[in-house]
Amino acid sequence: MADPMRIRAQAAGDKATVRVLMSHEMETGQRKDSAGKPVPAWFIQEVSASHNGKAVLSAQWGPAVSKNPFLQFTVKGAKAGDKIAVSWVDNKGDKRTDEAIVS
Amino acid sequence: MHTRRELISQAAAVAGLAATVGMLPAAAQAAWSQAAFDAKSMADAVKALGGSAPAESKDVTLTGPDIAENGAVVPLACACALPGVKRLALLVEKNPNTLAAVFDLSDGVESNVSTRVKMGQTSQVFAVAMMADGKVLFAQKEVKVTLGGCGG
Repeated sequence: MADPMRIRAQAAGDKATVRVLMSHEMETGQRKDSAGKPVPAWFIQEVSASHNGKAVLSAQWGPAVSKNPFLQFTVKGAKAGDKIAVSWVDNKGDKRTDEAIVS
Repeated sequence: MHTRRELISQAAAVAGLAATVGMLPAAAQAAWSQAAFDAKSMADAVKALGGSAPAESKDVTLTGPDIAENGAVVPLACACALPGVKRLALLVEKNPNTLAAVFDLSDGVESNVSTRVKMGQTSQVFAVAMMADGKVLFAQKEVKVTLGGCGG
């Protein structure tokens, strides 16, 4: 199981800015190790976010997204106390879901 | 004692098995569009995502640094001023695979996302917005990279 994500959701007016920091190696499959063998690709492929249980955003990522990926988006109509959940699945089938409360 | 023929057929069986096992995760994650991420140019990637020919537009904004010191972490943000954006994509022209990320937006989020990508070398970066009416718009920007992010 991967490390937890860090999610911050801050309400401003009638919307909330959500910032997510995921903990993932994001190996591209292009690198070679010290023995010259290629390091197999290992990256987050799918990300989805929901607001109070309703899916609002989904994303497909390639290996070009940086290590320990950062994602920021804005949820309309979110107010303090609402629940934001973010989950990802990587190309090895590993997954993780974390939640945060809008402040 | 194995004959040569037996050895060959065993090798083939093992290879076949390995291929089947290797295929499993791909089949389980059919939602991830392999073709789009394999594409080598923006036009191919947009086509693989089901879009028409992209047109440059001032309504799409791509925010990023002019010079990125570290190609491993290049902050990029894309936004679209027009309503009805279905999808936003970030592409880096000279990366081994052009497409970096695709975001499927619902009505619940604004058409404004940011993330960080890796860049192998100085390149044009594209933000592509696919609209609900089928139009595909894009914005581009050159980002100079001092230290590549794809090497070892």
